[in-house]
Amino acid sequence: MHLPSTRGPVSEAVIATVRSGDAAPPPPADLDAEVLLGEDVQLALWVAHELGYRGFDDATPDAERDVDLLRWRHAVEDELEQHLRASTAEAVASAQEQGRDVADRLRSLVDDGPSTPLARHLQRHATREEVLTFLRERSVYHLKESDPHAAALAHLDGPAKVALAELLYDEYGGGRPERLHSHLYAEALEAAGLDAGYGAYVEEVGASTLLSNNVMSLFARQRRLRGALIGHLAAFEATSTDPCRRIAAGIERVGLPDAVAAYFHEHVEADAVHEQVVLGDICGSAVAADPALEDDVLFGAAVCLQVDAAASDVLYAELTATPARAAG
Amino acid sequence: MSRDREQGTPVRARVCPGGPLLLRGADEVVDADGRAHEVTRPVVAVCLCGATGRAPWCDGTHARIRGAAPGRS
Repeated sequence: MHLPSTRGPVSEAVIATVRSGDAAPPPPADLDAEVLLGEDVQLALWVAHELGYRGFDDATPDAERDVDLLRWRHAVEDELEQHLRASTAEAVASAQEQGRDVADRLRSLVDDGPSTPLARHLQRHATREEVLTFLRERSVYHLKESDPHAAALAHLDGPAKVALAELLYDEYGGGRPERLHSHLYAEALEAAGLDAGYGAYVEEVGASTLLSNNVMSLFARQRRLRGALIGHLAAFEATSTDPCRRIAAGIERVGLPDAVAAYFHEHVEADAVHEQVVLGDICGSAVAADPALEDDVLFGAAVCLQVDAAASDVLYAELTATPARAAG
Repeated sequence: MSRDREQGTPVRARVCPGGPLLLRGADEVVDADGRAHEVTRPVVAVCLCGATGRAPWCDGTHARIRGAAPGRS
């Protein structure tokens, strides 16, 4: 993958630093929410995080450890965390008063969380082109599925670590490379006639999808936020089966090949398991071992619900506001 | 389930309140019609609510009928 096109002064400065190592990123002074959550800053943050995943062919070799870049990322991540804590405070406080244990409280967050019409639209009304747009948008995450959450393995111990390893083993194919979930998504893209290359569609996704990806990396890159990372995983898994079932039905309705729907069928079954494992065996065990983690588990879950619903709403609005695009 | 027992790995089951039965270490699950379904993942969720569309496996449908399901607080 090559570095993406810039989308403003911040991403321009960050990408220049990543490419050459000698340009200084801008100090993120007084970022208001609109700028912080806008596509310029979110793309810049995505690029900075990506250095710790597959990276870029045209990045300078040691960009991941560039001190100026780390300092910039540190400041933006702190601003973002502060914003997210404020925007989820009400949902977290409400969940804290529910149920007997963290699994109950997570369930309550999910039940009371925002709902989005996207999956239902894909199931019943979307055109083939709209389904393809959805597949491209989600490729930014699904081609590195579970990689952010895998960071929590090193942060946890005991039963929570074992349960996370079990879930990740399933995500990573259960010993069979052809069942690796990111590979299944690449096969789905290819079967749909799309580019299965890692990061191929980053250029066309908006701020809300970038934010949805960036919050995972925000939680993954700081041990301090390990509770939020597993809470994010809990909300992600607990909101997956019903949309995946609808999306698979929509894919079949518009006549795309079976391999496209196969990814989503697999996730109906897998995520029905993972939901139970992550609520009880990962989050439950982690909080039992360290009760101080619970508030951040709920925080991470609330962030997942909020930013993913927002990204889905933005995509739904795009799909339903414009006539279906021509192929490509 | 016998192979894992012979290897010394116990089959473990956990009932999830209002949800499925989580089963670890099993080779197969025999459904109500006597058909054996091979277990292909490290842990599987067996439907307990009876409303799944992918029997014998859970497909999350219990969440949509939760009001009628026992065990939820």
